[in-house]
Amino acid sequence: MKNRPPGEDVDNIVQLSQAEMASADWSDLLGRLAVKPDKSIYARLFNHFAPRVKAYIVRLGVAISAAEEVTQEVMLSVWRKAHMYHPDKAAASTWIFTLARNQSIDWMRKQKYPQYSLDEWSETACESGQGEQEVLSDRVAQAISQLPEKQAQVIYMSYFEGRSHGDIASRLDIPLGSVKSRIRLATEKLKQIWGGDEYEH
Amino acid sequence: MNINHHLDDATLISYSAGALSQGMALVVASHLSICPQCRERAEHTDAVGGALLESLEPETVADDMLASVLAQLDELPTKQESVPVTPIVMDPEIPAPLREYIHCPLDQLEWKRIVPGVAYYDMPWEGHGVSRLLRIAPGKAMLAHTHNGNELTMVLRGSFSDEVGRFCRGDVADLDDQIEHQPLVDSKADCICLIATDAPLRFTTLFGKLVQPITGF
Ligand SMILES: [Zn+2]
Repeated sequence: MKNRPPGEDVDNIVQLSQAEMASADWSDLLGRLAVKPDKSIYARLFNHFAPRVKAYIVRLGVAISAAEEVTQEVMLSVWRKAHMYHPDKAAASTWIFTLARNQSIDWMRKQKYPQYSLDEWSETACESGQGEQEVLSDRVAQAISQLPEKQAQVIYMSYFEGRSHGDIASRLDIPLGSVKSRIRLATEKLKQIWGGDEYEH
Repeated sequence: MNINHHLDDATLISYSAGALSQGMALVVASHLSICPQCRERAEHTDAVGGALLESLEPETVADDMLASVLAQLDELPTKQESVPVTPIVMDPEIPAPLREYIHCPLDQLEWKRIVPGVAYYDMPWEGHGVSRLLRIAPGKAMLAHTHNGNELTMVLRGSFSDEVGRFCRGDVADLDDQIEHQPLVDSKADCICLIATDAPLRFTTLFGKLVQPITGF
């Protein structure tokens, strides 16, 4: 691939990705990209995630006029940072979500969203085996869909609209404390997925 | 490090959702950088974002975007060439996310005095709330106050106690408008905290109300 001019194999890659997309395990694919740069694998990830990244960043508040550009930047960073991805630490969707979130905020605020280094992931003990994150990810999705409406609402307003507790409180015309307790209740339900009695406060 | 006070679930969700102000997010990221326990929880709240991303109805992207991205891949720096890690000698007192904004030891900052024994150093952005380092001398108390919104405090040096408990290096006090408190510094050295609020504080004493316009809280 190296000797060819950039972009020459695009057509083949696009066709391949359309055909195989449905059955692909995205975390496994991204894990392979982490080990070795591979444009055909990248293209398959792109076709699946780019349209979702765009949907997300528009909801979060990136102007429609800039959405294509920011989506492109996010997807380029997937390639650039792929070597930092650990399939046993996070599902591909989770990892790409954090890239999309950080870059949207950087774009909207012209300020870098403070984050703990992704490198530090490798320091945390990896208890779960490979593939388990993917299972967890499905169960998270299921658990979210089963949340009571009032709890789901505050979760959606947080993740999809980027609203602060105070902002949600005034939108829904409820006290700040109620927003926080709804989020906490939702988190309690989601924690059961992770076997979460390990947390102490 | 022995950490006894951690981030609230609601705060972690907001952080993962990208819904925190710069100042609040900085306190959260700083705590996460030193607390494996909360870091694991943050991985879970990030996974909520991942699941929600998967659940979205895909938007149409331009037909030529993939082609244009693929054409750019060869020009991107690869792993080996990517940004070199600058070997700056780091003050271990300053959590990694804060090093983006603080480039010298805490003692060398240009502290601004509010009242004797209390000084602050502002983070370089503006917002509805406060985002600053606060330095309080032993035996001094922060002014009694309540909150219209949330207040996050992370101890970087020394310790303080309030109605909730004792807070030492690495601990976060994650408070909301349910609490009226007056933190008292109980360490031998100055207590230095990174604090952020998402709304102005409400001081509950007359003196507090008088200094509020001056201190910018
Ligand atoms: Zn913690």
